[in-house]
Amino acid sequence: MSPIKITTPLDDEIILKLKTGDEVLISGTIYTARDAAHSRLVKLIEENKPLPFELKGQIIYYVGPTPEKPGEVIGSAGPTTSYRMDKYAPLLLEHGLKGMIGKGKRSAEVKESIKKHKAVYFGAIGGAGALISKTITSSKVIAYEDLLSEAVRKLTVVDFPAIVVNDVYGGDLYEEGREKYKNKYSK
Amino acid sequence: MRIIKSEEISNAVKNLIIHSSINLPEDTHNGLKAAFEREISEQGKTVLSKILLNAEIAKNESKPLCQDTGLAVFFVEIGKEVSVEGKNLTEAINEGTRLGYSEGYLRKSTCDPISRKNVGDNTPAIIHYEFNDGEKIKIMYAAKGGGSENMSALKMMRPSDGKEGIIDFAVETMRSAGPNPCPPNIVGIGIGGNFERSAILAKKSLFRKLNEPNVDTELAEMEKIIFEKINNIGTGPMGFGGICTVLGVHITKEPCHIASMPVALNVECHSHRHSEIIL
Ligand code: SF4
Repeated sequence: MSPIKITTPLDDEIILKLKTGDEVLISGTIYTARDAAHSRLVKLIEENKPLPFELKGQIIYYVGPTPEKPGEVIGSAGPTTSYRMDKYAPLLLEHGLKGMIGKGKRSAEVKESIKKHKAVYFGAIGGAGALISKTITSSKVIAYEDLLSEAVRKLTVVDFPAIVVNDVYGGDLYEEGREKYKNKYSK
Repeated sequence: MRIIKSEEISNAVKNLIIHSSINLPEDTHNGLKAAFEREISEQGKTVLSKILLNAEIAKNESKPLCQDTGLAVFFVEIGKEVSVEGKNLTEAINEGTRLGYSEGYLRKSTCDPISRKNVGDNTPAIIHYEFNDGEKIKIMYAAKGGGSENMSALKMMRPSDGKEGIIDFAVETMRSAGPNPCPPNIVGIGIGGNFERSAILAKKSLFRKLNEPNVDTELAEMEKIIFEKINNIGTGPMGFGGICTVLGVHITKEPCHIASMPVALNVECHSHRHSEIIL
């Protein structure tokens, strides 16, 4: 099956179409945040203060790129492991976040939140930072510059490759994939 | 006594770091190619082909293979007939680390463990020293990413747990790691020594070349069993399902206390960046 092209911001109509295992190509604006930035965003929500960007319909990409060389849009920029953001993700989903891009398993709470608030968790290829960076056409730090590589950036992406891991129907590619290939190495 | 200037060491370290961040070593490359041939899952094959394509882009565009350019880990062998002039060896290596990560536009990933404030220059490097005869200094470097390192484990096992216990521990650690450490992985296992020594042995096992067989036939047999069992879990490349979850299992052992059987497992990702130089 050829990849599904999607454009941000995401709405329920798009979300409902996406199923675990679907390959997607994402275009539009996405935002970056890792552990430290998440903890600040969540604090702002708890204190009822405005966020550095509008969450509604948006995708957060868990990434801390390498510094860009002169003339480069961005350095190497592959996903980081998502479970470290599990503590913060449900509150962001409650406030309108629609997508997350990372790598690795999510907690039961996050998966529940994804179903409840109609969102999606995409897996990108960890360790393919040079390849992925080619789909990023602009990058601007919009908050928390003091966090260096962990600052919040606004990215423009064109055909960013990812795969649906957790969909709104409760599917989980990591579990399904493992089940399918269990004991298939030695026949 | 042979004299080496500390600047020469710093410079060599800097070059090792920059080179490793963009050039996938040959053994890793061959391991990934073999995995691509072996993999039966479509999704897994796609992932492996993209990882190989990533290596090509990294090399052609001098761009880091992965944005996590790691903590700088070194195993250093020092001959007894050589002496360092200028800075001491640890300072010289840290200086090289500082230069490599800044001049190479690599990510600085060291921070205070409590406040989480970034140190800013990716120091301190993690350095292990060994001494031998001769008049050379051999520096082995690896860029060790956090995602795979976080899935590592250490267990003080009972001697009665035996080989089966060790095999189970390795397989279960990789089962629970699942997609998190960017499979396909390389697994380094250190058996024996004591608490901290087993972990160092596990790390050191990762420096053995991927296609190089274990000279100890008993350990080679254990490696084969663990390799098959982990690949039978079904995790596959990036955890999307498949039969290539590990590219290699490397075991090192050393004598331990009669009451203990320490076992450490260090997980390494497919972005297996390592290189060495002899000065
Ligand atoms: S686990 Fe390895 S390949 Fe994956 S993001 Fe970390 S350093 Fe890169």
